Amino acid sequence: MTQLPETTDRKLGLVIDLDTCVGCHACVVSCKGWNTENYGAPLSDQDPYGADPSGTFLNRVHSYEVQPEAGPAQLIHFPKSCLHCEDAPCVTVCPTGASYKRTEDGIVLVNETDCIGCGLCAWACPYGARELDQAEGVMKKCTLCVDRIYNENLPEEDRVPACVRTCPSGARHFGDLGDPDSEVSQLVAERGGKDLMPEQGTKPVNKYLPPRPKDAWVGETDVLAPFLEPVAEEPRGFLGWLDKTLEKL
Amino acid sequence: MHPAPSIIAFTTFSGLGLGLLFWLGVDPTPPTGWIGFAFFAIAFALAVGGLAASTFHLGRPERAAKAFTQWRTSWLSREAWAATATLLVMGLHGFLLVFFGKAILPLGWLGAILALTTVYTTSMIYAQLRTVPRWHHWSTSLLFLALALAGGALLSGRITVALILILAAGGVQSWWWRTGDTRLAASGSDMASATGLGNIGKVTAFEPPHTGSNYLLREMVHVVGRKHAAKLRLAALGLMMVVPIVLLLLPFGHFLALLAVVSHVAGVLVARWLFFAEAEHVVGLYYGKR
Repeated sequence: MTQLPETTDRKLGLVIDLDTCVGCHACVVSCKGWNTENYGAPLSDQDPYGADPSGTFLNRVHSYEVQPEAGPAQLIHFPKSCLHCEDAPCVTVCPTGASYKRTEDGIVLVNETDCIGCGLCAWACPYGARELDQAEGVMKKCTLCVDRIYNENLPEEDRVPACVRTCPSGARHFGDLGDPDSEVSQLVAERGGKDLMPEQGTKPVNKYLPPRPKDAWVGETDVLAPFLEPVAEEPRGFLGWLDKTLEKL
Repeated sequence: MHPAPSIIAFTTFSGLGLGLLFWLGVDPTPPTGWIGFAFFAIAFALAVGGLAASTFHLGRPERAAKAFTQWRTSWLSREAWAATATLLVMGLHGFLLVFFGKAILPLGWLGAILALTTVYTTSMIYAQLRTVPRWHHWSTSLLFLALALAGGALLSGRITVALILILAAGGVQSWWWRTGDTRLAASGSDMASATGLGNIGKVTAFEPPHTGSNYLLREMVHVVGRKHAAKLRLAALGLMMVVPIVLLLLPFGHFLALLAVVSHVAGVLVARWLFFAEAEHVVGLYYGKR
């Protein structure tokens, strides 16, 4: 059913900390690994060892350079996967009902046996969260590891999405963003979590924590700094003579 | 957006066929017998051929019938229904005209309304997408309807009507191009809003996720064809509007009329190629492209 639920009981999603992400791509690898071996069709690669390799990924890490008005540029690593939007445009455009948003936890999923691979949902997504698998001909997207988070066969600490479990810098957090008392909601409130492309009206559930302010570039000096100041401001001796002579020429 | 030949053929030919079905439907003295057969055969070949072409780009064409189920929210599903209804009603209308010489005019009117509805649903598949600002506007529907009506009038041999509508469609097309050029900037989406990092400073893409290409870039970030966009726009307008008008103003002959049709269709194909090739998807912003 492609009609979106009015409300969902929970809003499960991710909070991604752009301050701590080190851009190691471990989440990309663990996501590809888990989702190739588990729920749905495997994530295929085309020409993986050839001249033009490409493949299906549900999570990709971009890196951006941000240049403030003053001070040095900052490098920010930016993991991006499905944001499990409340007003998910990918769901309503689906002609077959393969795409749906779950009422119980808000996860956006694709029923692969109903998908005709028309690609319209990928067009409707502003975030590039959906990719048509070239081997299977069906749409693939982040499932929020729905086959891990409720899986009682796994140890409790593993019942989080693979990307969250694997992140070595603690940059990815998983929880219920519909509950204002949850750890993730408090993190968002505390750090000013942001929506991506809010003007698209998708109301994403996943939030991004902006990088914390960096140390100021000017006005801060070490206690030892006075001892490191240049001793001679003007060149003297032979260099001074050379400087003056060259100036005159 | 990637200008897939199957989708260009689908929208162009189904639009023409449905346009012709509209004019056959509203005709107070519709053609019967062999002449009727010829007109309906052309209309159905174009409409059905175009719709069939649309299934070529599916990853799983064998499941295409499932596309009828979600008409409550999906324009693609609504299009499937509207197209089927049009073909059934106009098929019956044509059958009665060709084999019994019997014209039930209200049946034709119903078919005409359905034909235009189908063109409208096709246009809404694109116009509904907020992610492609160039398309996300009511004028996209106007453009599709104007081209279908003009092409249909030309195919049905209505010289005067075709002259007026081809001129009008060319005007709509030029205006749509001009206003479309500003729509991405006006959408408010840029790299700052895409990353949420704009308040720190100017955002530039430093490194893409992978060194190779991917589905998103191939499908939605087509930048190659935009280089010659201005020349192609002129070529499209010349072929779809100027040449047919000149040919129609000459003394009527079937060969000249055929040339006018071929030129018009070629022009619409070029314009439809640009419709996709020039359209910027906001996902390109994540890659520092547009």
